[in-house]
Amino acid sequence: MPIPTPFHSRTSRLCTSMQWKEWAGYYSVCSYGTSHDPEYFAIRHAAGLIDVSPLFKYEVRGPDAASFLSRVTVKDVRKLKMGRVTYLCWCDDHGKVVDDGTVSRLGDEHFRVTAAEPSLSWFDRLRRGYDVEIEDSSARIGVLALQGPTSRDILAQLTDAELGEIKFFATRRCRLAGVDAWISRTGYTGDLGYEIWVDAAGAETVYDALIEEGRAYGIMPAGLDALDTSRIEASFIMNGVDYYSAHHCLIEDRKSSPYELGLGWTVQLDREPFVGHAALKRELETGSRRRFVGLDIDWEEVESLFDRYGLPPELPTSAWRDSRPIYDSSGDWIGQASSGVWSPTLKKNFALGQVPREHSQPGEKLLFEVTAEYRRHKVSATVVETPFFNPERKRS
Amino acid sequence: MGSSYDAVIVGAGHNGLICAAYLAKAGRKVLVLERRHVVGGAAVSEEVFPGFTFSVLSYVVSLFRPSIIRELDLPRHGLEIIPLETAFTPQRDGPGLCRWPDASESRREISRFSQKDAEIYPEFSATMTQVSRFAKNIIDSQAPDPSSLRPQELMALLRLGRSFRAGEHGSLDLQAKLFTMSAVDFLDRWFESDVLKAPMSVSGIIGTYLGVRSPGTAYVLLHHYMGEIDGAFRSWGLSKGGTGGISLACARAAEAHGATIRTEASVESILIKGGKAHGVVLENGDEIQARTVISCCDPRRTFLGLVGEESLEGDFVQRINRYKFRGSSGKVNLAVDRLPQFRERSGSAHLRGDVAIAPSIDYLERAYDEAKYGEFSRRPYINVVVPSLMDPSVAPPGKHVISCFVQYAPYHLKEGPEKWPEKREAFGDTVVDTLAEYCPGFKESILHRQVITPWDMEHEFGLSEGNIFQGELSLEQLLFQRPAAGWSRYRTPIQHLWMCGSGTHPGGGIMGASGQLAARSILESRQL
Ligand SMILES: Cc1cc2nc3c(=O)[nH]c(=O)nc-3n(C[C@H](O)[C@H](O)[C@H](O)COP(=O)(O)OP(=O)(O)OC[C@H]3O[C@@H](n4cnc5c(N)ncnc54)[C@H](O)[C@@H]3O)c2cc1C
Repeated sequence: MPIPTPFHSRTSRLCTSMQWKEWAGYYSVCSYGTSHDPEYFAIRHAAGLIDVSPLFKYEVRGPDAASFLSRVTVKDVRKLKMGRVTYLCWCDDHGKVVDDGTVSRLGDEHFRVTAAEPSLSWFDRLRRGYDVEIEDSSARIGVLALQGPTSRDILAQLTDAELGEIKFFATRRCRLAGVDAWISRTGYTGDLGYEIWVDAAGAETVYDALIEEGRAYGIMPAGLDALDTSRIEASFIMNGVDYYSAHHCLIEDRKSSPYELGLGWTVQLDREPFVGHAALKRELETGSRRRFVGLDIDWEEVESLFDRYGLPPELPTSAWRDSRPIYDSSGDWIGQASSGVWSPTLKKNFALGQVPREHSQPGEKLLFEVTAEYRRHKVSATVVETPFFNPERKRS
Repeated sequence: MGSSYDAVIVGAGHNGLICAAYLAKAGRKVLVLERRHVVGGAAVSEEVFPGFTFSVLSYVVSLFRPSIIRELDLPRHGLEIIPLETAFTPQRDGPGLCRWPDASESRREISRFSQKDAEIYPEFSATMTQVSRFAKNIIDSQAPDPSSLRPQELMALLRLGRSFRAGEHGSLDLQAKLFTMSAVDFLDRWFESDVLKAPMSVSGIIGTYLGVRSPGTAYVLLHHYMGEIDGAFRSWGLSKGGTGGISLACARAAEAHGATIRTEASVESILIKGGKAHGVVLENGDEIQARTVISCCDPRRTFLGLVGEESLEGDFVQRINRYKFRGSSGKVNLAVDRLPQFRERSGSAHLRGDVAIAPSIDYLERAYDEAKYGEFSRRPYINVVVPSLMDPSVAPPGKHVISCFVQYAPYHLKEGPEKWPEKREAFGDTVVDTLAEYCPGFKESILHRQVITPWDMEHEFGLSEGNIFQGELSLEQLLFQRPAAGWSRYRTPIQHLWMCGSGTHPGGGIMGASGQLAARSILESRQL
């Protein structure tokens, strides 16, 4: 049975739709209202407040913390400056991705790692020889994502922190509504936004203050459905949806390397060995089999397909994550799209997925499976650059 | 001045800008000339009072073509549309009726007035979805010309017919009736409760000098209805930063494709030699040469103003003279220090859409009665939107912008339209007084007020007789008769002079269709 997050007393009062799901063992709101649309639009035009406490969190402390994380993950974390956050992934010995997340440097010898899956035992296995302590802080810390163009103005009302200094991918410790907190200029929506990290004891105070001060700035509690639409527009991948952790795959073909997931930019090879190093080096030399791509599914074709049945185009009302086949232009299966959404902002039908490298260039014409009136059809889809949505304010 | 262009577009209304973007995208050298200091025409945002940005005239987007958004990549040029969620009809002595995106919640609300209506409502929506598929074809294609027998035309007609016949619920029969019925007749066939029918009927009279019981208004209702049921597109909404945001995005798209846009460049006349347009003269005397001239102004301004009767045949002049404007709407924009408090409604969820002051059919008809005799309605229909609730960028934190579209404010006052400036503030008071009857404490919340009469629309924004759609959107001025039979396809009797504004098919509203279809026709003509 799921358990409540530190914000549950507040979110449960606001979730009038009763639409919940389980996320990492916690109760999570899908959408607060009967439709998630207003929550999505709050993220894009005002501010959405999302309870992301179910993220797994680990505090890595000790003199060897930096070199330990550099050994475990694909990045040289020793170079991460105090108060900076970085996004990365970690692999198994064969260079296949185990999980992805962020690492924040909270002190000289203190890092916070987030993960989609329980990771303590994996980190622990690799700990030998390093002078580090690893604490699973998942339950102790509540996390809120405050995302959207007015998020900075809202925080400014509540904190002593110099928000101008908390640049993209920076983090600071501060007082927020009188509570000790960390604020990071990060998020999963591709918009201007922050994540707020507080001890469970102060969680409700912070939540109440944000909602109260946020009212003048159009704040709305937002659920996972709105988040999912935003993250696909921003083309962020999701463990368990767009790829499977190497630890859970029964067959090799299901595993993915960072290069295959579009995470090649996080891999730093010119340094001491790390887990998966040799395999990744080899892959870089020989080339990866697949690439992670964005697809723009031809809307006119979808429209005329449904028109054949006398129907307006029928689309899922929220993001989908049941995989769908991708074919090359001659109709042969070549890969799969793992998630997709009708972008309410761009008015386009997008999907994210993996295809063989030779079909991955932007502009490549592929075919995508669409079901209309119970029948399967193929419509054109073009490989396009990601992120689909990338507003200037995202980095501001 | 020796500058020469492939196309000069007169007027940076959103249609002119879209036309420019498509032509520039096709590689043509394009110049857009706008009289005012800002682009957008009737789709414009201005910071009228410090911190408060008003959608000065048009205020919601409903029919904007999604194909334009995609083809011109408008979101990358800043377009963001926020859907409206609710439709609220307050009452003076009760909680009124709110329709919600949640069908069950709407059903419960309507049930308080009529359980029968509540249950028929979804059926009505389904039928209208069928009907609107027909309307969509109309809007996305050139107007079919019934007097011509070219196979191409026949195909187009057939296409319209077929998609309509495909509809169930006897929609062919419905089509015939729609042409003659009033909006109220039409709704009476479905519903019994006034508080539901009244706000729905209003779509039939927007931008016309007709009442909800006038014949032909059922068709106009359909014309507007489409936007509301455009399903996945969710295109019934607000533009971020006000409706001017749409125009700015179109302007940026046009510029990205290489078009030049000049503001404060008023065109005095169109240069014509031997029945052919070859450029324009600005008010400051500058001459600009172009292979084609495209007017985004309304038909009267274009032909009787920029072209001049002397270059046109008498018969055509007469038709343009007969083309009706008869503006009937006003606009009041307010800056307030708190949200309006409607009776027996708490919170703000019911304000995340439009609010219609249309408590009954009789109320609307009475409002029309006064207008018929040349007075503004003492208790008008008001369409209220609070954009700052969903788009905080248009007002300072905690404060709000309230947009009130008002009908009737007839251009032709019985004392004459020139008396409007004297009546402006009285008209503004009427609107505020009316709203205060539904929202106790409303007057005290007002910080600033902007009142726009049809006279202002004509003189400030170039809309003849203050008609919001560049000509009445009545049945006899739609399709192949817009603006005149034989000239519904963006061409004009002057060679190399085209039209691209709302005075052409498919008509007014922030749709972009006229600009898009005009550009397509011009490119297909190979004149350019
Ligand atoms: C009060 C009001 C409310 C409305 N509400 C809505 C609404 O909520 N939703 C909706 O969809 N539609 C609404 N409309 C209608 C909609 O705004 C118009 O149909 C649409 O904006 C017209 O666009 P256009 O490009 O065809 O022409 P216009 O916007 O009329 O553009 C014509 C342009 O030409 C310029 N011009 C005129 N003369 C000259 C000259 N001599 N030289 C150079 N430039 C010149 C004008 O300044 C103007 O910029 C409303 C209109 C009004 C007036």
